[in-house]
Amino acid sequence: MTSLFSEVTPEAANEVAVKRITVGINGNKRTVDVEPRLLLAHLIRQGFKLTGTHTGCDTTNCGACTVLFDGVPAKSCTVLAVQANGHEVTTVEGLASASELHPVQEGFKDEHGLQCGFCTPGMMLTAKALLDENPDPTEDEVRWALSGNLCRCTGYQNIVKAVLGAAAKLREQNGAS
Amino acid sequence: MYPSRFSYEAPDTVEEAIELLRRGQGEAKVLAGGQSLLPMMKLRFASPGTLIDINNIPGLDYHRADSDGTYRIGALCRHAQLEKSPDLAASQPTMAAAAHTVADPIVRNRGTLVGSICHADPQGDWASVMISLGASVVAKGPTGVRSVAVADFVSGPFQTVLASDELAVEAVVPAPVGVRAGGYLKLERRVGDFATAGVAVSVEFSGSSVARAGIGLTGVGSSTINAAEAAAALVGGSLSETDIAAAAELAAAASRPRSDHRGSESYKRHIVATFVSRILTSLQLSTQEVA
Ligand SMILES: Cc1cc2nc3c(=O)[nH]c(=O)nc-3n(C[C@H](O)[C@H](O)[C@H](O)COP(=O)(O)OP(=O)(O)OC[C@H]3O[C@@H](n4cnc5c(N)ncnc54)[C@H](O)[C@@H]3O)c2cc1C
Ligand code: FES
Ligand code: FES
Repeated sequence: MTSLFSEVTPEAANEVAVKRITVGINGNKRTVDVEPRLLLAHLIRQGFKLTGTHTGCDTTNCGACTVLFDGVPAKSCTVLAVQANGHEVTTVEGLASASELHPVQEGFKDEHGLQCGFCTPGMMLTAKALLDENPDPTEDEVRWALSGNLCRCTGYQNIVKAVLGAAAKLREQNGAS
Repeated sequence: MYPSRFSYEAPDTVEEAIELLRRGQGEAKVLAGGQSLLPMMKLRFASPGTLIDINNIPGLDYHRADSDGTYRIGALCRHAQLEKSPDLAASQPTMAAAAHTVADPIVRNRGTLVGSICHADPQGDWASVMISLGASVVAKGPTGVRSVAVADFVSGPFQTVLASDELAVEAVVPAPVGVRAGGYLKLERRVGDFATAGVAVSVEFSGSSVARAGIGLTGVGSSTINAAEAAAALVGGSLSETDIAAAAELAAAASRPRSDHRGSESYKRHIVATFVSRILTSLQLSTQEVA
């Protein structure tokens, strides 16, 4: 028998309904229930256990949490997980294939584009989006595109070289195929 | 950092969004690019009961000119769309000069021009640009549509005249009365920073004489400043040295900067005067080339 009434605690009275969302994450569709205030960065890290997405500042300044949202760089600390419903999210884990690194990753390796590596996932995703749009960027265009991603270690010099190197490699691959 | 609890709605139509705002009775907020609202909610400076996410409403991401030259920017037109638009500079030189100075490239991918005006940050770049162009915001509510000049729309720091059940659907720049020229200069400590001071100048020429002028100032007062007297000093003339000097001085006098970590009061005033005269001098040179 169900009771005709039951008292709820003030906390329960304030509870907000969870939302069911389906998100494409690195090509796999995942369906989850989330509270609206869950941030995309936390869904990715704590929910999906994809810890390659870093949170640095948590205040929309550093770009370490950058992911691709339908192919476009977005700071995942400043997007709600519910907003990803029906969208495709790419994290750094989605860059490499089973057998080989993405040319952008190769570039960072070859040119020593990282030191501590904290900014690197965000840098690489922003770089990938740039090269998808502009396969032959100038040094200035690379610097401009990366200006929302902060690095406290490298001084940026090798990051720029890494992206220019990756661009050359990608052009070679695409020209050859 | 988590925002405090809220319920979330993602309507598919403008009408539904307005109905949800009405039902929110002042506790609901519109979520556009989220690049100002979500950081404020995470810091608990804002804690709306309901978020009305407008990102699923189709057909609001436009920026386009009508046949008469009126320019419309929809509520979901992102900063980056304007920055990357190949033909914006020809019809909207002031907007084109400002687009790449707003925040950083990743924030520009999501943030919107209309959201920036609704946010009414005294350091927001778009409000001064829109004021210099004499632009308006079109607001839709349960009882109808109204159009408010941006100069009147922003009523104070982070305050607008928008009612809690109104949605800003677009910003509208009126057709120029002559040939439009203009520029935006912003002093920032580093790429992606808010303005130490910013100046938007828009001028419309009829032949070599100025038929209309507007000047908006960013970050040098408790809200965006409409330097109307400075702009009026240019109308009827042809950007002579004297007119430019007068406008620069009046714009500096109209600014109300405060000394802070970005610079002293007198420094910021000096920047305003310098930027006004730099932009106008560059316009003077480009019109001479045409002549
Ligand atoms: C690191 C960083 C640096 C930045 N630097 C700059 C800068 O240099 N210059 C600058 O101008 N801005 C800057 N910004 C702010 C950025 O431009 C925002 O995108 C903009 O201020 C708000 O637009 P939005 O679409 O993100 O709005 P949101 O954050 O979604 O909303 C902002 C406010 O406006 C309201 N709102 C939004 N759209 C509507 C609508 N259609 N109808 C009614 N109400 C609405 C919301 O309810 C909220 O109150 C920066 C932001 C960050 C995170
Ligand atoms: S953690 Fe998101 S921008 Fe720094
Ligand atoms: S490598 Fe350490 S922050 Fe960039």
